[in-house]
Amino acid sequence: MISLDRIERSFPVGDSVVYALRDVSLHIDAGEYVSVMGPSGSGKSTLLNIIGLLDRPTSGTYRLDSEDVTALNDEQQSRVRREKIGFVFQFFHLVPRLTAAQNVELPLVLAGTAPDEREPVVKQLLDEFGIAKRAHHRPDQLSGGERQRVAIARAMVMNPAAILADEPTGNLDQTTGREVITLLEALTTRGVAMILVTHDPILGGRARRQIRMVDGQLHSDSSS
Amino acid sequence: MRPRDVLRFAWRALNAHRGRTLLVVFAMAIGVAAVVVLTSLGEGARRYVRNQFERLGTNIIAILPGRSETAGGPAGILSGRIPRPLTLDDALSLRRIRGVVAVTPFNLASGEIQANGRRRDVPVVGASADFQKLWQLSVGQGQFLPQQDPRRATWICVIGSNVSKELFGTRSPVGEWVRIGDRRFRVIGVLGERGQMLGIDIDELVVMPVASAQVLFNLPSLLRVVVETERREDAERVRLDIRRTIRERHGGENDITVLTEDAVSSTFDRVLVALTFALGGIASISLAVAGILIMNVMLIVVSQRTNEVGLLKALGASPAQIRVLFFAEAALLSAVGGVVGLILGMLGSFAVRKIYPAIPAFAPLWAVIAAIVMALVTGILFSVLPARRAAQLEPALALAKR
Repeated sequence: MISLDRIERSFPVGDSVVYALRDVSLHIDAGEYVSVMGPSGSGKSTLLNIIGLLDRPTSGTYRLDSEDVTALNDEQQSRVRREKIGFVFQFFHLVPRLTAAQNVELPLVLAGTAPDEREPVVKQLLDEFGIAKRAHHRPDQLSGGERQRVAIARAMVMNPAAILADEPTGNLDQTTGREVITLLEALTTRGVAMILVTHDPILGGRARRQIRMVDGQLHSDSSS
Repeated sequence: MRPRDVLRFAWRALNAHRGRTLLVVFAMAIGVAAVVVLTSLGEGARRYVRNQFERLGTNIIAILPGRSETAGGPAGILSGRIPRPLTLDDALSLRRIRGVVAVTPFNLASGEIQANGRRRDVPVVGASADFQKLWQLSVGQGQFLPQQDPRRATWICVIGSNVSKELFGTRSPVGEWVRIGDRRFRVIGVLGERGQMLGIDIDELVVMPVASAQVLFNLPSLLRVVVETERREDAERVRLDIRRTIRERHGGENDITVLTEDAVSSTFDRVLVALTFALGGIASISLAVAGILIMNVMLIVVSQRTNEVGLLKALGASPAQIRVLFFAEAALLSAVGGVVGLILGMLGSFAVRKIYPAIPAFAPLWAVIAAIVMALVTGILFSVLPARRAAQLEPALALAKR
């Protein structure tokens, strides 16, 4: 489903060129649970951004559902991102002035879905993630765990093919973090691919497939 | 994205920063209000002058001694030449022109009126019976000047209501004697209260037969002769006939100025419309300033919301959508500012009308529309830069910021 072929991402810094990713080839199937680990600066986040179409590779090909998405323009990439990818961030990134329900609804609003079609979808997700009671609270009135649940509900609202989670527990205490991870792991049973970027070896160790990155390259991949 | 959702999103964003929103709305409102109030002043002045001319009637031709190619202004004074006098006989010769209904020669001088041991300096008009209709004067007591040969000097006068009050108190002055200059006049009537007209206070006026005024003040020339034509369409032909008649009488010299009411009032009209435009133009500078303010605020908004822009992109918002969202915010700001400004402007011109009731200060429709459109256009125009900056933000970098 996700297929990276010889992906490279470099940045010019002064006269020299710094490689964030070097010759990365990777294949991830639907419903796979992959953790990406490695020290800071190893290219984990860059990899995630490229998979999430937030960044473009300098060279190489990226196919998503056998479509070459590197060739798409910004508008087309936005559509693919909206329909196929859900993000979960370390700092939640909820819109502060919108309520929990409105935050979850946001991708549907951007997609131009009719209001009466949006409502049942949002309601169902809020129920599912146990935040229905907090639906009309704004992010600053929610606990960290609740915020991350809202963010996960928002990532799921478009029924994406993959969830990209960048240190989703990095800002939570251990208990809450474990709850959130359990929630994310449960999603993989529905055929959603889960790519989890983390520093934490215990957390990363839970994934069926573990990728280690060093210096912009795949150092090890437990599936291969 | 649905237009309603765009508006709602923008509205929520503005609502989240009420203080800032109110300030920007206020700046825009002041700009729009300034345009509305200033153009309403200009338009009020135009209507005021127009009304003054309409009081004079519309089939009117004025003849002034001395030649002047421009409209208005006393001829001869600026050039330093003393023009050949326009005599009573000149005026009366105009009666023979076809299409002329009335010829009213008149003169204006400043004199002193005395009665009951009181004196008062007053403007004195030497005129004929037709003058009443021409200036649309009403008579409060007694009568106006009778129809008689304008060449005959008789020692009668009609006085303004204030003059009557000052000299005779509540008593009726009709039939009483007054002294004007070195002659005694019998008061035959009092004018109805009227107020200002073409800069002369009618209530302070004394009117006497034109021949009497010429003798009393030793005036060889008339101040002007006003000719009324039967129909408005005749005005141009009659104007040429007047020129010819007087030229023949003045030995081939073209030494008078003939003004049709149309020419004078349309000159004033043009000047005052230009003035209104100029005032509107000056006021619209404040609109441009408000536009720049909106740009600054939107730039700050974009940098404060880098995170949010990155998030929206991650959630699948296209660059075009991001632009539309910021556009919508700026457009809402300037639309609300425009409406508030319109209300303020209307209140402002209402206040002007209360303070100066003589000036019908209503903003012309074009100015109202132009102000609103300009508010919207400046708001949107100045949000192009911030919106583009937002749309170009790299989502990955935007999200990296906490």
